[in-house]
Amino acid sequence: MDFQLSDDQRALRSGMRDLLDAVFDRDRLRAAVDRGGAPDRALWRELGAAGFFALRLPEEAGGVGLGLPEAVLLFEEAGRALLPGPLVATHLAAGLVRGAAEGEAVVTAVDGGLPVAHLAAADAVLVGADALTGEELRAFVAAARPVRSMDPLTPLHQVEGRAAAAEAYPGALRYEGALLTAAEQLGSAARTTETAVQHAGEREQFGSPIGSFQAVKHLCADMLARTEPARAAVYAAAVTGDPVEIAAAKLLADDAAVRNARDCLQIHGGMGFTWEADVHLHLKRAWLRSASLLGRAAAEELLAAGLGAARPLPGGSAAPGPGAREAGGGG
Amino acid sequence: MDLAYTDAEEEFRRRLREWLAAVLPGLPPKPPPDDWPARREYDTTWQRMLYDAGYAGLHWPADAGGQGATPTQHLIYLEETEKAGAPYVGANFVGLLHAGPTIAAEGTAGQRARWLPPVLRGDEIWCQGFSEPDAGSDLAGLRTRAVRDGDGYVVSGSKIWTSHAEVADWCELLVRTDPEAPKHRGISWLAMPMDAPGITVRPLRTLAGSTEFAEMFLDEVRVPVSHRVGAENDGWRVTMVTLSFERGTAFVGEVVACRRTLDALADEARRNGKWDDAVLRRRLGGLNAEFRALWRLTQWNVAESERTGGVPGTGGSVFKLRYSGARQELYEAAAEVLGADAFDVDREWVLDRLSSLSYTIAAGTSQIQRNIVAERILGLPKGR
Ligand SMILES: Cc1cc2nc3c(=O)[nH]c(=O)nc-3n(C[C@H](O)[C@H](O)[C@H](O)COP(=O)(O)OP(=O)(O)OC[C@H]3O[C@@H](n4cnc5c(N)ncnc54)[C@H](O)[C@@H]3O)c2cc1C
Repeated sequence: MDFQLSDDQRALRSGMRDLLDAVFDRDRLRAAVDRGGAPDRALWRELGAAGFFALRLPEEAGGVGLGLPEAVLLFEEAGRALLPGPLVATHLAAGLVRGAAEGEAVVTAVDGGLPVAHLAAADAVLVGADALTGEELRAFVAAARPVRSMDPLTPLHQVEGRAAAAEAYPGALRYEGALLTAAEQLGSAARTTETAVQHAGEREQFGSPIGSFQAVKHLCADMLARTEPARAAVYAAAVTGDPVEIAAAKLLADDAAVRNARDCLQIHGGMGFTWEADVHLHLKRAWLRSASLLGRAAAEELLAAGLGAARPLPGGSAAPGPGAREAGGGG
Repeated sequence: MDLAYTDAEEEFRRRLREWLAAVLPGLPPKPPPDDWPARREYDTTWQRMLYDAGYAGLHWPADAGGQGATPTQHLIYLEETEKAGAPYVGANFVGLLHAGPTIAAEGTAGQRARWLPPVLRGDEIWCQGFSEPDAGSDLAGLRTRAVRDGDGYVVSGSKIWTSHAEVADWCELLVRTDPEAPKHRGISWLAMPMDAPGITVRPLRTLAGSTEFAEMFLDEVRVPVSHRVGAENDGWRVTMVTLSFERGTAFVGEVVACRRTLDALADEARRNGKWDDAVLRRRLGGLNAEFRALWRLTQWNVAESERTGGVPGTGGSVFKLRYSGARQELYEAAAEVLGADAFDVDREWVLDRLSSLSYTIAAGTSQIQRNIVAERILGLPKGR
């Protein structure tokens, strides 16, 4: 069993980080905030050229031919960097909507009654199994009502009627979308942990770095203790593709992203409450992603349905044994 | 990134399962929790069976009498024995997981030959005399004194929370050999025979009602200098090497057990109607996510130590912090499933719920784990 990143996977991840450092630094991030999160078409094409959207298409179809494990690594980096745009929808639309794979098209999706992200900029919107483009898309957009979005990186539209209630993506795509969203949450959770730790090591009060106070230190420790199990869950779900495992990954990654962002905010004190600090961007995005694609209730129900002795544990029999174990020894 | 086991690993699993299926039905019934001699007998019998079948000290190096198995094989061993309902390591805990590994890593050839084979065969039981009334989390503040006298040490002081003290043959004892030195540098590690004159063991009753640990009073107990492992005053470092044996597998059996409990809780809730309570059902679903993730994190840590040949090290603190809290939550949910029966100690899970309260205390409290995570992994400054 080799549940670790391969050399190629490490290279892929660091390549993505380098790319984002180069094309989406903090100035570009704040510029994206200032223009309300509308995707930058040139950047979108650069992502396309780097294979971000075509990653999992077969090579014969002009794709990169890689799988979900590689995709989660890229989405984790996107989440770290707060990269805006309907990344998951466009990635899932590669091969289905013309131009998606190359980053020529911006594709968004309806997700069961939630406001739709990036609708005004979209070249296509996925409604269940259908992709609306051209006239249909224009009619759809005209009928939608812009929402003053809480997240400055995600413009939102509320849509009404039958289309609004459509579940995002048919079949397996829905779980893939949930997993990629979880990967973005993981990246965000790891990033807010780093930011909090850095600030705690630098900011001084009472003559000491605030990170030397246990109340602060323990917040940071808990942030890591949320991130690492979420990471194991996301990576494992990418390997197995199992819906229940994906639900676990989404639940833990949502929790890590939201709670870590909140702790990070707390550790920044008054600075954390400003528009200028990036932490609110992580929190607002994390809140949005938590609600989308397997939100808490749906994930927990799926996980509950997956319980029971009739369902064997992976890799073996579930032979019942004696219940009580004595307390372990050892100091 | 892969979760598949190799053919050799699957073959190892298959043979182990066959063996477990053959021997487990023949085991005697589990003794009552308070009958310590019977518990010792039960635990050592099982250890002897493991030894005879070639599973004792599976992951120990060959020169310590072990099988030199990989971390993944050890993971499979712990997973399969737990799933099959095999006995827990029990009274063999300190010998197999603490004192033994310490002797294997730091002992002389003579010390290894004297102490390790009886541990692997289940002939001798060890206990751990580290904590003292005034030295718990701050273990290095321990005060039990050992004064050199010819070829021996004369040891006086008291230890507390010593698990299995009543039935142990040996105690891995931390003593102060240099009271003048900084606290971490004046400690030595001794193997103390539990039948030496001057030792008084007084059992302590836990909140679960049984006597899992004891107080130990040491009144001028003579321990031969040859029973010291490592150099004099180097005992703190000697103790810390024990960690290097774990290689990510410390909680495998526990996580597997939690997942089994969770499945059984869901079955029970479906039987008794509690499943219709969406809040409880979703709570169990949330715990499913938690323990699945902890299982995957275990596999991740084991694979990491297999790759690096090293220790996941402080990563174990992240795991223990999260796992110990999750397991307590598991039994809180169990109580909700049990409803009125949650107050009957004869019902399954009720004693487990009580025992689980120790998980955030023993082997380093959760607060201490957070300090370790923050300071040693995240690099935050030390402080008060
Ligand atoms: C079931 C069980 C079995 C055990 N078996 C053994 C055994 O076999 N051998 C052995 O030697 N010991 C054993 N122990 C002892 C165990 O290691 C200690 O209980 C543990 O290390 C805590 O020490 P303490 O009890 O003195 O608590 P204290 O150290 O007094 O801690 C009390 C409280 O203060 C907190 N605290 C202390 N220091 C700090 C700090 N720096 N920062 C923040 N919070 C702090 C702790 O987290 C805790 O909440 C066992 C304990 C239990 C519960």
